[in-house]
Amino acid sequence: MAVRSNIVGIDSPEALEKALRAAYYLADKGLATAAYLGLALGKPLLLEGAPGVGKTEAAKAIAAVLGRRLIRLQCYEGIDASAALYEWNYPRQMLAIRQAGDESIDIYGETFLIERPMLAALRAPDSTVLLIDEIDRADQEFEAFLLEFLSDFQISIPERGTVRAAERPVVVLTSNRTRDLHEALRRRCVYHWIDYPTAEREARIIMMRASSVAEATARAVVAAVERLRREPLSKAPGIAEAVDWAEAATLLHKGGARWPDAFKRSIGVALKDEEDLHFISPRLDAMLAEATV
Amino acid sequence: MSTDLQLPRAARVFVAFVPLLRANGFAVAPEQTTTFLAAIKLLGPDSIEDIRQAALATLAPPPERRATFDRLFDLHFRGSETIARDDEGEDDETVRLQEEGRGDEEPLLSDEASESGLTATRTEALVERRFGVTPTMDALRRLAREAPRRLPRRRGHRRMRTRRGPFADLRRTLRDTVRSDGEILRLGHLKRRQRPRKILLLIDVSGSMKSRTEDNMKLAHALVQAAPNVEVFTFGTRLTRVTRPLRLKRREQALNAAAHLVSDWDGGTRIGDALQAFLAVPRFGGYARGAAVVIVSDGLERGEGDALRDAVAKLSRRAWRLSWLTPLATSPAFRPQTEALMAIERFVDDLVDGGSSASIVAHILALGRRRAA
Repeated sequence: MAVRSNIVGIDSPEALEKALRAAYYLADKGLATAAYLGLALGKPLLLEGAPGVGKTEAAKAIAAVLGRRLIRLQCYEGIDASAALYEWNYPRQMLAIRQAGDESIDIYGETFLIERPMLAALRAPDSTVLLIDEIDRADQEFEAFLLEFLSDFQISIPERGTVRAAERPVVVLTSNRTRDLHEALRRRCVYHWIDYPTAEREARIIMMRASSVAEATARAVVAAVERLRREPLSKAPGIAEAVDWAEAATLLHKGGARWPDAFKRSIGVALKDEEDLHFISPRLDAMLAEATV
Repeated sequence: MSTDLQLPRAARVFVAFVPLLRANGFAVAPEQTTTFLAAIKLLGPDSIEDIRQAALATLAPPPERRATFDRLFDLHFRGSETIARDDEGEDDETVRLQEEGRGDEEPLLSDEASESGLTATRTEALVERRFGVTPTMDALRRLAREAPRRLPRRRGHRRMRTRRGPFADLRRTLRDTVRSDGEILRLGHLKRRQRPRKILLLIDVSGSMKSRTEDNMKLAHALVQAAPNVEVFTFGTRLTRVTRPLRLKRREQALNAAAHLVSDWDGGTRIGDALQAFLAVPRFGGYARGAAVVIVSDGLERGEGDALRDAVAKLSRRAWRLSWLTPLATSPAFRPQTEALMAIERFVDDLVDGGSSASIVAHILALGRRRAA
């Protein structure tokens, strides 16, 4: 298996971890290793984990480290090749046919081709990172189609011929695991399960993302968020929610609110589901008291 | 994979890890083995942890079997004799989730079944069931025969060609136009394709349901075999996802694999806690969204009534249709007597007979018809 030389200056997982940190992303060793192996072996990186653990952010940070443009393909149920690869601009083609009259016209020319994310990544593999987001939302047919794409990195457009990538593009896939992905897809990728960060790491993430937040506040928020994640909520607060909460509480505190109260009043940025709020509210005071000690 | 090929001596130990994984039910493709070796070479590992990270990234064990994977890793690379149980220090009063690995595995240790579970109360008898083989029942045959036609469907988001439909098929219209020299003679149409609706089956396997459990598991297997997107969980004092073992084609094999996994057969019932635990895992909660949810349970609850009521209310809001099938409801005039059933009655769409395979099958096959008022 050939090792690629396209990750200049990054020759170990530790070096990648450092580079990611410079791009404001704190990766743990497991993620740094998986991402490094993916890049070095030219394999797609598949990141699975609960919503809000920073999967998409990881892809953005990898793109930033490589100095490349991130092309995002958001999956949804019913996504098909015309949304992922390319589509013809039918109205324009129709118009062109009507206008051409007797002249011959190439209605399958570049001007009529609408480039979708996967084709864009194939055409510029050395300057892009392709993010296939939430692949678990797409259906089995799309997964099979994707499998083919990830093995050959080429697509054929019947009217124009085959487009092949000059080199293997960097691809990151994410999944919230709302369904089991096909084994073949997992096998083709380098895999990493992203868990919620440790309290220590999460506090560092909060302080890195929100410079106004004091360390004590960050730690209190992390403690409270960890407690919330153990409750049966329909939407547990992710890392972004923790950052927002710390920021919002800091803002209220600067405006004169006392601490536990500032957390309590800004809970709406951490829990965004009315049911969850209702469920937690009787216990919130005790939780916050515990967290802010 | 034979390990005595012309492998460099140093590589053998890594390659030999793969058959061990396979013997314990991890699917590892040859392609992954080569990637694993390439990763080892690339990392020039300084420590055993580097090797573990490389193994995790390339051999991709499912997260729910990570503990088993780690134990096998330690066994192989550290030769550790003592294998730590990973359920120590758990809170004795919570319902815990268990998820299966692949169903056709020989367990690593005899306590494999409780790999990620924990005893809800110390007094419970955690019995492992062995399913006997009985002749297949008419009800299951009926299910297999009629499921493709009768199970509920919903409109999907993929489109198909049709004579009349709400969307214009511009691709086809353009092709026809090119053929007819620019004249639009006919406009093609598209409509949304029908897809099978998700079915979520939650089976009570506690002591009070003992007489029905074996048949219910057979029924679950038949349903998983007959329909493409079915998820099955069992609950008693724990919640266990048994979808994967039930995907094995041969019933006996599938049921044995499931029996290995579920460790709270015939114990107590904490329905509310089990359902709360189900809802607390985002992706499980996701299974319920827009699904036909079928709960087979007598509703004899030992836990707190509030937990059950809240969980059922939440489930009903997510589900397309929520059916509660109880063996106690043998006649149409059935009125719930247990506190639990009275509390949840207003949240369920159907509260009907679940006392025989025939009645459960009949209800599942009728899910696709107009909903009960």
